[in-house]
Amino acid sequence: MIATAAGAFSGLFGVGGGTVIVPLLILWFGYGEREATGTSLLAIIVIAALAAAAQGSYGNVHVREGVLIGLPAIAGVLAGTALQQRIPERAVAGLFAILLVASAAVLVF
Amino acid sequence: MELTDVIGMLVIGFGAGMMGGLVGVGGGILFVPGLVIFLGLSQLEALSTSLLAIVFVASVGAWRQGRYGNLRVRDGLVIGLLSPLGVLAGTVLANAVSERALELSFAAVQVFFAWSLARRALRSGAQRHDATSAAPNG
Repeated sequence: MIATAAGAFSGLFGVGGGTVIVPLLILWFGYGEREATGTSLLAIIVIAALAAAAQGSYGNVHVREGVLIGLPAIAGVLAGTALQQRIPERAVAGLFAILLVASAAVLVF
Repeated sequence: MELTDVIGMLVIGFGAGMMGGLVGVGGGILFVPGLVIFLGLSQLEALSTSLLAIVFVASVGAWRQGRYGNLRVRDGLVIGLLSPLGVLAGTVLANAVSERALELSFAAVQVFFAWSLARRALRSGAQRHDATSAAPNG
């Protein structure tokens, strides 16, 4: 169910599916916030790698640009995961709620 | 590439990674505009290229979260491997319904999730603090 929903949304909107996977794991499957974010990232590796391979076969993936923006992102994710362990789980939920509202606003406007 | 583009890309990339680490998303919401604005890619190229950057973020993030004990490997793999079914369902849906209707319904779902998560977070906060704090807040 989560997989289908996440896949559907990533197919429709070109997002990795994290905005669907994380809330469903927390709200329906009773995951803790940190556990939901970690598990979501593992699912996203698979989803994004499959989608990148598919788009790559059409020649739409620019490897150099992807690496250029991906390298600072690696520094960011190291900092982000370290920081996440030091803040309360409900702060993680709060941040996620803000991200969802922002993402909804992008879709609407 | 201009210096401002390099700086913009570093900031957007770092921000997207930070988001991945904090809330467990891939960061595409930042990667895509970053690639369009600072590297001059088209929307389709940016969407596709962002997937590569997302693989970086998700791999490093999942590895770190695994080390912190926040990873359920089996569930994550099952969700990831079943998601192509959803992509098919989404493609069928996209051809049946107008794009605007899809955008608006997805936005509504996201707001509902946000509300549910916020309510949960506030409730757990209240449980923790109701003994010490009686201050009303609007």
